[in-house]
Amino acid sequence: MTVPLALLGLLEREPSYGYDLKRDYDAYFGGDKPLPFGQVYSTLKRLARDGKVTGGEAEPGAGPARKPYTITELGTREFDTWLAQPIAPEPHLQTTLFAKVVLALMLGRPAASYLDIQRIAHLQRMRELTEIKRTGSLIGTLLADHGLFHLDADLRWIDVTSARLDALAEMVRSK
Amino acid sequence: MTPRYQLPTAQVRQPFIEARDVYKSFGQTPALVGATLAVQPGEILAVMGPSGSGKSTLLHCLAGIYTPDKGETWFDGQRLDTLSDTRRTELRRTAFGFVFQFGQLVPELTVADNIALPLLLGRVGRKSAYPKANAWLPRLGLDGLGARRTGELSGGQAQRVAIARSMVAQPKVLFADEPTGSLDTLTGEMVMELLIGGAREEGTTVVLVTHNARVAAYADRQVLVRDGKVIAHAEATVAEAEVEVGR
Repeated sequence: MTVPLALLGLLEREPSYGYDLKRDYDAYFGGDKPLPFGQVYSTLKRLARDGKVTGGEAEPGAGPARKPYTITELGTREFDTWLAQPIAPEPHLQTTLFAKVVLALMLGRPAASYLDIQRIAHLQRMRELTEIKRTGSLIGTLLADHGLFHLDADLRWIDVTSARLDALAEMVRSK
Repeated sequence: MTPRYQLPTAQVRQPFIEARDVYKSFGQTPALVGATLAVQPGEILAVMGPSGSGKSTLLHCLAGIYTPDKGETWFDGQRLDTLSDTRRTELRRTAFGFVFQFGQLVPELTVADNIALPLLLGRVGRKSAYPKANAWLPRLGLDGLGARRTGELSGGQAQRVAIARSMVAQPKVLFADEPTGSLDTLTGEMVMELLIGGAREEGTTVVLVTHNARVAAYADRQVLVRDGKVIAHAEATVAEAEVEVGR
C-alpha cells in the first residue's frame, strides 16, 4: 500500500488533520503495522511541497493556527489516475517456485518433495488466514480472503506442476 | 540426494480413528495402496488430493462403509474392518455422522423430518426427536423452515440441513465428503462455519475430504492423498522449512 496515495484518498473524502489521517489509515490499511506519526507528517509535508495538498502549516497541538490538510486539484488528478490504472500482475511466487522446480530437476534433486514442503507452508498460512476470518473484523476478513485466494491459486499451480513433473524432468534433462 | 527436509510419516499418539497400511481396489483398479492415517480425538482433519487420488475411498474405509482388501481400520480402540456388517452398520448409525456433496436429503420429507431421521432410526421417540431436531433450526439460520419440504430448499439451505442431520444424534465422528462442492464461495463458507463451529462445540472428531484448499484450511491439520497413499502431513513444522508465505 502506497502511503502518499492512501493519504490523498483519505483527503479526497474530506479535509483532515494528521492525527485523523493516521487513525483512518491504521483502521483501514494498517493491519498490524500502524503508520508512525513521523511518517504521516513527513509524507504530508512532501505532498504539500509538491502542490498536492495544502494546509497544516502548524504542528499538531501547536495552537489555533493549525489547519486541516486539503487535497488540491493536482493531488486529486494523481489519485484518480492511480485509481484507474490496473496494478501490474506480479506472479513472483510462481516464478521463484518455477525456477526452484526446474533447477531441482536439472540437478537431480527431489523436486516433488520441495513442492510438497511448499504446499505445507501454504496450507499453514491458509489456516492462519482462515482463523483471522473466523475471529476478525470485516476488514480483516476481506484482507484474509485476498491472501487466501492468492495462496489457493499458488496451490493449484503446485498441484498441476506436481502432476507434470515427469514430463518437465524429461524436457529439462534432454536439453 | 537426500531432501533437506523430510516429510514426517504418520504420527500415532492415541488415535481415535486409524487406517493402517490399507489397500482397496475396485476390480483391477487400485484406489488405496498402503494408506496410513491416524486421527486424534476431537481433531478436525482435512484429507486433500486430486480427483481419483483415493481420498474418498479412504474416508469410506475409515467410516466402515468399505472393508479394506488388506490392512486394518480402527475406531476408538476397536478393530473396524473385522466387525460384522451388522455391527458396522450399527456403529455408523450410532457413532458416525455423514455429510456428502449433495446433502442426500429425502426430498419428500420436511426439514424437521430430515434432521430428526437419525434419531427416529435410532428408536428415539418422536416427542424427544423433534424438539432436538427443531433446536438446530435457529442455529443454522433456518428458523421457520422446519415444515418446508427439503426439495424446495436452496443448495446452501439443504446443505445446512444435511449438517444438522449429521450432528443431531451427537456422533463421535463426522465424515464430510466435499460438503461445499456444489456451493458458491460465500455459501460454502457459511456451511463450513456451521460444520466446524458445531463440531468444535460438540467436541466431534471430523474427517473432511476436499480438493479445495480454502475449505481444507478450516481444519486443524491437512493430509494429502496421492496415488492411493497418504503422502504429506501438513503438521510438518514450516519453521523447519524456513519458508515464509504471503506475509
